[in-house]
Amino acid sequence: VPADIYLNVAVSGLLTGLVYGLMALGLSVIFGVVRVVNFAHGEMMTIAMYIAVALFGTYKLDPLVMMVPIAAVLFVLGYLMQRGLISPFINRPEHSQFMLLVAIALIMVNILLIIFGPDAQSVQTSYSYDSFMMGRLIVDATKVYAGAAAVAVAAALFAFFRFTLVGKAIRACADNYAGALVVGLNVKSLYALTFGIGAACVGAAGAMMAVLVDVTPPLGPAYTLLAFVIVITGGLGSMPGALLGGLLIGVTEALGGLFFTPSAKSMFAFGLLVLVLLFRPQGILGKRPS
Amino acid sequence: MRELLLSGVPRRALVLLAALLAGLIAFPLLVNDYFVTVVILILYFAYVGQAWNIMMGFAGQLSLGHALYVGLGAYAAAALYVHFGISPWIGLGASIVVSAAAGAVIGFLAFRFGVAGVYFAILTIAFGEFARIGFDHWRWVGGSAGFFLPVSNYTRNDLLYLRGSPTMFYYLFLGMTVAAFVLCHALLRSRAGYYWQAIRESPEAAQALGINIFRYKMYAVTLSAAMTSLGGVLFAFYYNNLFPEQVFHISRSIELILGPIIGGIGTLFGPIVGAFLLTALAESLHEVMAAIGVDVPGIKQVFYGFCLLLVVMFLPDGVWPPIARRLGLGRTPARRGED
Repeated sequence: VPADIYLNVAVSGLLTGLVYGLMALGLSVIFGVVRVVNFAHGEMMTIAMYIAVALFGTYKLDPLVMMVPIAAVLFVLGYLMQRGLISPFINRPEHSQFMLLVAIALIMVNILLIIFGPDAQSVQTSYSYDSFMMGRLIVDATKVYAGAAAVAVAAALFAFFRFTLVGKAIRACADNYAGALVVGLNVKSLYALTFGIGAACVGAAGAMMAVLVDVTPPLGPAYTLLAFVIVITGGLGSMPGALLGGLLIGVTEALGGLFFTPSAKSMFAFGLLVLVLLFRPQGILGKRPS
Repeated sequence: MRELLLSGVPRRALVLLAALLAGLIAFPLLVNDYFVTVVILILYFAYVGQAWNIMMGFAGQLSLGHALYVGLGAYAAAALYVHFGISPWIGLGASIVVSAAAGAVIGFLAFRFGVAGVYFAILTIAFGEFARIGFDHWRWVGGSAGFFLPVSNYTRNDLLYLRGSPTMFYYLFLGMTVAAFVLCHALLRSRAGYYWQAIRESPEAAQALGINIFRYKMYAVTLSAAMTSLGGVLFAFYYNNLFPEQVFHISRSIELILGPIIGGIGTLFGPIVGAFLLTALAESLHEVMAAIGVDVPGIKQVFYGFCLLLVVMFLPDGVWPPIARRLGLGRTPARRGED
């Protein structure tokens, strides 16, 4: 019965979309506060994925359990990147920031290539082939776990920005840079913290993605593009927008792959991006720049 | 015309240029084919870099999808030649039309709807990726298996169908690079050139002065796309094979803009100097690694990345402007940023 297939594929796309959304959330948080577009985002994602693969390969550690330490490693990486490399570029023109991050991305992806080689690597957990059945709906267990983990991390992030003092301070920097300086916030260190948090998001997303797909170095640039497509679709700088964009792109890709061929699936994501840029350039949930 | 090209150019610069050109013309007579192919690569990157520079360096519109125009130009001329036996000299007309149209569509959509800055850059990437995946599935031009131009032994250089030795391509690339250089030099001194620079520095101020910024941005993107496609045509006939994964890939777009950025955005010599430095670096690295027997994929790109990192950190205006000052070449017409 074809209708069942569509539903199954859409749900599976939705669950992958949650992980995409978390990845994009990292990009959105960084852009929303630091105002730098992280062109090395997907490369950071692949770093997390390879850490997950390596930990699983050597110690049989489950990536979904290792999510927290992997996110911590990426946090440190992001914090140091902002402190050491990006901070002097905050007031430089956009193309200059872009080149800096492209250089960083180029170095990251090729170091991964040197260390891990070009072949695809995957994680086969004990539950890799399990699935849940709800009526006529069948979903992979890995996708359910990964999607649930993504929701948990995203919820924690929302709570952090809403209820903690540091989270509020970071939002203050984003709302009013001069004002944040005037009330005595250490903007430089908050920026580094924000970059670290964005990197931690992508680290967690990478750990989840490692159980869903095979990892190869070229995934880095592909995920960078995907993260852009998602945040622009949802609204750059809007946190709920990033999650919504992730869901939309996840479903679009899954259905596009079903209707046409899987290798053409990202064409639909780019098509969606073009439509959004034309008819609602600020994104679905974004605010129009004043 | 004479006024447009020569007024205000220091005599010293003309002498140096003439010497450089004479050296480049004599070059293939003095060296073996290997060096000719290396310089062809430099000229190719100098040419497409110059074309990209019109958009970014002159008009301030960051395109990260120029591989799209290279690819469309390459595929259009190659498909006409392979399927219908049409000479690339006619085919390049089709290449220009297709690429300029693509540039115009992207420009129209972006500039009409106020898509600018980072958003514009990402839109150009999106179109490039769209084309890459599209060509991957387009059987008529070989799809992902690649599109090949017939190769046979060249007994003589066939200029009509662009089949021949590297030396023939060397002179074609040289001619194109020189033409692009002269054109850009003239453009920078023309009304359009001043309008572009005004738009680059401040679109609002330019508009307030009565410049139709939409129209002039459209001129920049269409011209840049058309020029880039010519590079694609020669690329196709020189290499004889085209793969969407290579031709349209985002890394091609980035590779193509490294030259002008390292050389100096908005300068006339920046793309040339940058292309020379990067290609010379890559080739010598290749030779050194072959000599010491290291063959690790990716190590070249890591090295590239570090060079790029150092240049953007310590020479934000590029390599050429300080050299130009040292050589006493007077004003560099389109320096970016503050002094």
